[in-house]
Amino acid sequence: MTTPQELYERLKKVNEPKGYYFDNDHEMVMDLLKGLLLNRERYGYMCCPCRLASGDREWDRDITCPCVYREPDVAEYGSCYCQLYVSKEWNEGRIPHLTVPERRPAEKYRS
Amino acid sequence: MEQPKVFLYALSTCGHCKNTKRLLDEKGVKYDFVDVDLLPKDEMNKVLDDVRKVNPQCAFPTLLVGDKVIVGYRENEILEALGL
Repeated sequence: MTTPQELYERLKKVNEPKGYYFDNDHEMVMDLLKGLLLNRERYGYMCCPCRLASGDREWDRDITCPCVYREPDVAEYGSCYCQLYVSKEWNEGRIPHLTVPERRPAEKYRS
Repeated sequence: MEQPKVFLYALSTCGHCKNTKRLLDEKGVKYDFVDVDLLPKDEMNKVLDDVRKVNPQCAFPTLLVGDKVIVGYRENEILEALGL
């Protein structure tokens, strides 16, 4: 069973070279990673911890972490919707920390 | 000033939802909440219909302060709506 710490180290190695850094708030990051592991256990896939899973892996492919909205959100706001992945500028406080609105189309939400 | 009714639609795994609860707790605000992801399916559908009425995008956290709706962890807006 992957522990949050193992997931943290594995994802950090994979994502930092791509310019996606974990937020400075380490406690929140670890909570979110626990959420991902819990979602994998509950639904069978790492549904975004800040979005409601439908339970349908295929339907939720767009919000399976890293979600497809991470790239445009980090590009525009410096943070993904959950504030799990952020840009270097975000972590260095060189850009304002705005609340990232939900980019996923409303019709994708069916339960 | 009598405090308006405060209700929070949240997800148990969401960091912004946790921050919203922490802010309300720190300010001693009386509120009810539901972690929608923990609900059984039929109850979840009912609650989601309620959420969609005030927030068609169905994003969380969705916070009701009286008749105001605040989507996302927006600290200033939340405090302002509470008159704090």
